[in-house]
Amino acid sequence: MTATTETTAVAAAPAGTAPLRPEGGSRIGWAIADTFTVVRRNLIVYTRIPEFLFFSTVQPIMFVLLFRYVFGGAIRPPSGGPYVDYLMAGIFVQSVAFGSISTAVGLAEDLQKGLLERFRALPMARSAVLTGRTTADLCRNIFVVGVITGIGYAVGFRIGAGVPAFLAGVVVILLFAYAMSWGFAVIGLSAPNSETAQVMAFPILFPLVFASPAFVGVNTLPGWLRDFATHQPIGVVITATRTLMEGGPTATAVFQALLWCAGLLIVFVPLAVWQYRRRA
Amino acid sequence: MTYAIEAENLEKTFGGTVRALDGVSFAVEEGTVFGLLGPNGAGKTTAVRILTTIVSPDGGSGRVLGHDVVSEAGRVRSLIGLAGQYAAVDENLTGRENIFMVGRLNHLARDVCARRATELLERFGLSDAGDRTLKTYSGGMRRRLDLAAAPVARPTVLFLDEPTTGLDLRSRNDLWQMIESLVDGGTTVLLTTQYLEEADRLAQRIAVVDHGRVIAEGAPAQLKADLGATFLDVGLPDAATAASAAEILATVGTKPPTVDGTSIELPVDDGPSAAMEALRILDAHALSPTTFVLREPSLDDVFLALTGKRTETGAEDPDAPPADAGRGRSRPRAGAGSPTGGA
Repeated sequence: MTATTETTAVAAAPAGTAPLRPEGGSRIGWAIADTFTVVRRNLIVYTRIPEFLFFSTVQPIMFVLLFRYVFGGAIRPPSGGPYVDYLMAGIFVQSVAFGSISTAVGLAEDLQKGLLERFRALPMARSAVLTGRTTADLCRNIFVVGVITGIGYAVGFRIGAGVPAFLAGVVVILLFAYAMSWGFAVIGLSAPNSETAQVMAFPILFPLVFASPAFVGVNTLPGWLRDFATHQPIGVVITATRTLMEGGPTATAVFQALLWCAGLLIVFVPLAVWQYRRRA
Repeated sequence: MTYAIEAENLEKTFGGTVRALDGVSFAVEEGTVFGLLGPNGAGKTTAVRILTTIVSPDGGSGRVLGHDVVSEAGRVRSLIGLAGQYAAVDENLTGRENIFMVGRLNHLARDVCARRATELLERFGLSDAGDRTLKTYSGGMRRRLDLAAAPVARPTVLFLDEPTTGLDLRSRNDLWQMIESLVDGGTTVLLTTQYLEEADRLAQRIAVVDHGRVIAEGAPAQLKADLGATFLDVGLPDAATAASAAEILATVGTKPPTVDGTSIELPVDDGPSAAMEALRILDAHALSPTTFVLREPSLDDVFLALTGKRTETGAEDPDAPPADAGRGRSRPRAGAGSPTGGA
């Protein structure tokens, strides 16, 4: 630390030891900058563990192949079209839903390693740890949705209702993924460690993903299960995405999906923030 | 007198039963190094966590440069730097990225962060390792990086929580030099340690903490003088010889010697001259020691002198941060597993 290198940075500092002045900026501006810093950190970590990115796409790919070639022949989609077109909406939503577990695991691990404690002693925005984590996971989901679209195309999936409608479907999926991340942030911050966070998350997701119109028409389900499958958040989001991608009446389905996303965010954002203040 | 750090009757209980702090008070003068010395579980880390705004005290108050650590936590955070015993650095990032991140979260401009990272890596002997991820670092290097990240924004007050615990002697010496260079700049430092030698070397004032209370406070020289600065340990072939040797060596010590079987422990004032004197006496009586060791008092000796009992080790540790921070690190997993898995 020599005074010569620092005088350029700190014009007012006579010696090389005066505290460095923070950049100017508003509170909100800094909250955004802090979020960006945390996002950057999380994304760097993703690239440092390429296995993670690789395997987070392998499972969806296996599901595509499984349902396209193994079960697909035995399933008649209610829409009457090719099964692969019916399937893909389910695969997209299932993938981001299971992917949101990594929000829980990542936060639990940062907590466990004491990183969140260190963050607590820094003058950063409190909210940035959570917004940074969920935003980084949103970025990962964009990547995953891209890969799955490519795989879907390779096995015969075609957009039925035009590119704008398909992209609208992707937006619904990503919004839902973002809302789910907040839900799993709560779990990550409640779990004693990352391993537990993972096993806590799975039983919550499993029934929501499979008791849904993801792979089969709900008309094949018993009545009581049909009602659940139709109205639970993953079911609703799948239906909305499917009608956007495959064609069909979209307004009600999309409205309900957006309502669920908003509901999840309204409940889980404050809960996650509260839990973060309590734990970290 | 201006105090950079003030702790007033700090109290903290964890889980309703573990009393980590039981009314700790101390004050650190600006520009000095203050050592909190105590065994595991004494409450040192809890005191640091309160003063760095990480946890709130149950009772009492803390101030950093006059700002309350609870009601003005935000202000306090912009004035302090913290390096913890649980080196809380991200092991998937490089050394440079870690320092850069801490700089950005201190709201420094990007170019300042980049320059400070280069500067601090160099100063802490990590220039060559700066662009490697922390997974490749040794324990000593991680500690150095943790220490390098703490002063990134040139904080006025630095908290160093057991910066050298668990390091080998060589790394510890390196780290001491680095801490000394930090202090040269006039930064106020609160240092916690389990090693009397460390507190003695780095701190101008020491508070000895035990069971959440300060049991002694003073300048290191003063504390050591109260304890008998140095010990002369002499071993003899058999217990009878040891007993008689203890009698004739009593004149050398500042306090009466203690005999334990074949060995004698003698508190002395001026080590080397006491040692020569002791050897002359033994030689004059034709006694040959089997061992002859001059030793600085350990934390254990301090405790024995202050409390009449040895330090307890392995007791429950209210200092441990929640959920085993920094220890049980898991391997990275594939699949839906963790993106931030460490090694």
